[in-house]
Amino acid sequence: MEAADLEELYQTVILDHSRKPRNFGEMPDATITVDGDNPTCGDEVHLHLRLAHDGKIEKVSFTGSGCSICMASASMMTQKIKEKSTAEADALLLDFQGMITGSGPEPAPKSLGDLRLLSGVRKFPQRVKCATLAWHALKQALHAKPGRKTEDGLDLNHVSLSPGDPDL
Amino acid sequence: MLDVARPASVNAPPRPAPDWAALRRDFPILDQQVHGHPLVYLDNAATSQKPRQVIDALVHYYEHDNANVHRGIHELSNRATAAYEAARARAAEFINAPSPNEVVFVNGTTEGINLVASTWGQKFIKAGDEILLLELEHHSNIVPWQMLAARVGAKLVYVPVNGDEGTVDLAKVDELLTPRVKLFVFPHISNTMGTVNPVREFCARARAAGVTTLVDAAQSAGHCVVDVQDMGCDFLTFSGHKICGPTGTGVLYGRAELLDAMPPYQGGGEMIASVDFFSAKWNTIPHKFEAGTPHIAGAIGLHAAIDYVDAIGRDAIFAHDQELAVQAYRGLKSLGGARIFGPGENRAGLVSFVLDDAHSHDVVTLADQKGVALRGGHHCNQPLHKKLGIKSSARASFYFYNTRAEVDRFLEVVAGIQAFFRHGSR
Repeated sequence: MEAADLEELYQTVILDHSRKPRNFGEMPDATITVDGDNPTCGDEVHLHLRLAHDGKIEKVSFTGSGCSICMASASMMTQKIKEKSTAEADALLLDFQGMITGSGPEPAPKSLGDLRLLSGVRKFPQRVKCATLAWHALKQALHAKPGRKTEDGLDLNHVSLSPGDPDL
Repeated sequence: MLDVARPASVNAPPRPAPDWAALRRDFPILDQQVHGHPLVYLDNAATSQKPRQVIDALVHYYEHDNANVHRGIHELSNRATAAYEAARARAAEFINAPSPNEVVFVNGTTEGINLVASTWGQKFIKAGDEILLLELEHHSNIVPWQMLAARVGAKLVYVPVNGDEGTVDLAKVDELLTPRVKLFVFPHISNTMGTVNPVREFCARARAAGVTTLVDAAQSAGHCVVDVQDMGCDFLTFSGHKICGPTGTGVLYGRAELLDAMPPYQGGGEMIASVDFFSAKWNTIPHKFEAGTPHIAGAIGLHAAIDYVDAIGRDAIFAHDQELAVQAYRGLKSLGGARIFGPGENRAGLVSFVLDDAHSHDVVTLADQKGVALRGGHHCNQPLHKKLGIKSSARASFYFYNTRAEVDRFLEVVAGIQAFFRHGSR
């Protein structure tokens, strides 16, 4: 791996988001909270959303701790999905997935904005999960039924990544 | 200085100091560039590298002697059987076990612990009994006991560790060794803290209280003298791959009396004396615990690894690794901005730390880009990290082929990472 790749991975903007994450904090009036964790490294992202009746994301915030890639990805994600409809957030999720796994178009779609700075992560396979944790939580939040458990006892408000998980 | 059991070598004549540089040249893998920099391999607590002698032993076995053991009548089978049993005898000698029959080959420390939990534990631990552990323990010496406790209704009790120091008070052990405790399990050396536990004292106290002991020697077997008789333990287990041997190899030592009383582990060939359609009689120990075709090549590779490590001398290895760990510890301390775990300078050959300005995963990724291989995460020791109030840490762990220059390089790289995260440039 060349030094340039590393510079790309740790862009100034990413470092800035990880040091001063945006939309960071609890949300007492959240309609759904998803606790995401990555047990292999201990990273945690708790994603709080306030969804309107039509599914529009009225408010979004997150709490938790993790490496700079994880925190920056969560921070930038919250900026992008605020006031978006479920369909728009889903579309963003697909774009992000395509970029991070390398299966999407190159260069990554403009819709991703600053999130495109994370495209370097795909060259570091062990770090892909750091970047996707918040997005796993978002996917769960948009499609879960709050407070319910699945038949096999899994908590729909919790997403835990395992080493064999597909990337989003 | 340290309570490292070492009677086997106490009366041995002094040996010449090992030629560390020559030993390092036995490890082909170390001579390579990673991301354009010379490899500095400091993840030895996860697995050690393998010397040419061990690789050659594997190749020789497969090129000349490969056959199944204990069942063939032909020449190759005789050779394979002899080599496999010679490895067992050598492993017994390595830990000063009274008899090779007390050595069961397993695929690593984890299997050794699971074997004891599901045989001895299942038979002798009852509802209401307690299993005593240290908060220092690795997942592999926690989870099998949690599973057993859930099956039989027993309870796990933990001896607390002293904060960032990672030490345990003997008085606390005395207090917790109540009549309810049936088993006391502990690591000889902590993989996260580098603490060398006073295992002889632990065993003596347990024995006086009528409590069975199991020592996790994963981090110690290749790093200091391990003598089961001097230690006075009932069970001890270690992995071959951390002592220069192949992955998928390991040893479980158990006192013959205990092994005899235990039910078998897995059913199959090799572990039986006779079988009819509806019942079977078990083989004698240790074969009772080795169902199916064993990892014959692995045992032979482990034999070569034991010979290699013993030729250097584990007292010398311990002193060497400790010197590097202390150099790293002092260096990190003088850099500042780091929380360093473990018992000060009185440590085995590893240092875990957290930087104030960078997450351990970022530290490991950046160090890797400079060719320095570290471990980052919770080191399979989540409960302890939780107690310390951290999610993860970075760890540098040393072996006899590492050099002082490599520790300097490690410190230089850490200083660079600190600067990068403080100022955004390198």
